[in-house]
Amino acid sequence: MKKNWPLWEVFVRSKNGLEHRHCGSLHAADEDMALENARDVYTRRSEGVSIWVVESAHIKASNPENNGELFEPAQDKVYRHPTFYDLPDEVKHM
Amino acid sequence: MSEAQIKSLEKQFDDRIARDEKIEPKDWMPEKYRKTHIRQMSQHAHSEIVGMLPEGNWITRAPSLRRKVALLAKVQDEAGHGLYLYSATETLGISREEMYEQLHTGKAKYSSIFNYPTVTWADMGAIGWLVDGAAIINQVPLCNTSYGPYARAMIRVCKEESFHQRQGFEIMLKLANGTPEQKEMAQDALNRWWWPSLMMLGPTDDVSTHTEQSMKWKLKRKSNDDLRQQFIDQTVPQAELLGLTIPDKDLKWNESRQSYDFGEIDWDEFWQVVKGHGPMNKVRMKARVDAWEKGAWVRDAAMAHAEKKRNKKQKQAV
Ligand SMILES: [Fe+2]
Ligand SMILES: [Fe+2]
Repeated sequence: MKKNWPLWEVFVRSKNGLEHRHCGSLHAADEDMALENARDVYTRRSEGVSIWVVESAHIKASNPENNGELFEPAQDKVYRHPTFYDLPDEVKHM
Repeated sequence: MSEAQIKSLEKQFDDRIARDEKIEPKDWMPEKYRKTHIRQMSQHAHSEIVGMLPEGNWITRAPSLRRKVALLAKVQDEAGHGLYLYSATETLGISREEMYEQLHTGKAKYSSIFNYPTVTWADMGAIGWLVDGAAIINQVPLCNTSYGPYARAMIRVCKEESFHQRQGFEIMLKLANGTPEQKEMAQDALNRWWWPSLMMLGPTDDVSTHTEQSMKWKLKRKSNDDLRQQFIDQTVPQAELLGLTIPDKDLKWNESRQSYDFGEIDWDEFWQVVKGHGPMNKVRMKARVDAWEKGAWVRDAAMAHAEKKRNKKQKQAV
């Protein structure tokens, strides 16, 4: 045994108009095999019209330990939401 | 990290699960949570993969094209289930090769039910009806389990299982309404698969270990005995509909419990099979190990081919 098949992440678009969504992962020797395997493993019941595969090693993920500095700053920015602004009830269509 | 810090992290962790929050791969988790999940999820994956063998045995001998495409699709689904679960387990930091290694050396277990032989076509009916039926009862609560990748894999699996059980029941129905020999074949399959199916729901509550922890982590939501009772209560009327007799002379409706009473399960047999002394343990393991070893050159060749293609592309780009 020389090298193990790398891991790939699989994203499937269930129908046109919707985004590709992550649905799982699999092992394959290369991108063509990954696509074929993804077809067999994740779309046996017409779950998709388009598949993306990307080698897992190429994904850079955020670390949950940094969630504070990454996501908390958004929490006190209420002025980014429409309800922050006081308008009289008479204003319609806004 | 100090012991007190770990304790406080563990407390926060348990609180998150109690609030129905999901745990995702990169989140901090207690070592015991990781280990327990690797064990349960990989054993689940192994069961799906080894589970293909008893049914694969009948694909070429299915009695009609209709039965053949159904059985083939079912067995292919089980391969899919194994693959969903293996990749979900890999998110916990164990490699696929390590899991195979554990299966092939006997370090990891798989469901004992697959160590029984499939001797007649009716076994395909009984397996779909009873074995997949019991599996569904075990699996549905796991769609809500605390580890995100496991829960998502289980949702997929559960969606696919109901066809498995229905195709099995249809086989039983056809045989039960067929010639006397066919009906007898169906009854014989029920006789052989009934008790092992009850064992699939696990040891009785009084001997079952680590249940409390599993309940907390939502790896388990009902006790083994409750699940078993649920299985029996829903299956007995189905057997009546088939006109077949469940091989348990103590089986009786209990009006006050609104449930069926049932006879003693032979747990010695269960533990014998778990320990590797079932009728098919050695055959199953040999089939898995052979497939892995004899497939090595294919895996290597695919890797070599991929590398060659990549090099060619790079050269063209220069
Ligand atoms: Fe399955
Ligand atoms: Fe199944």
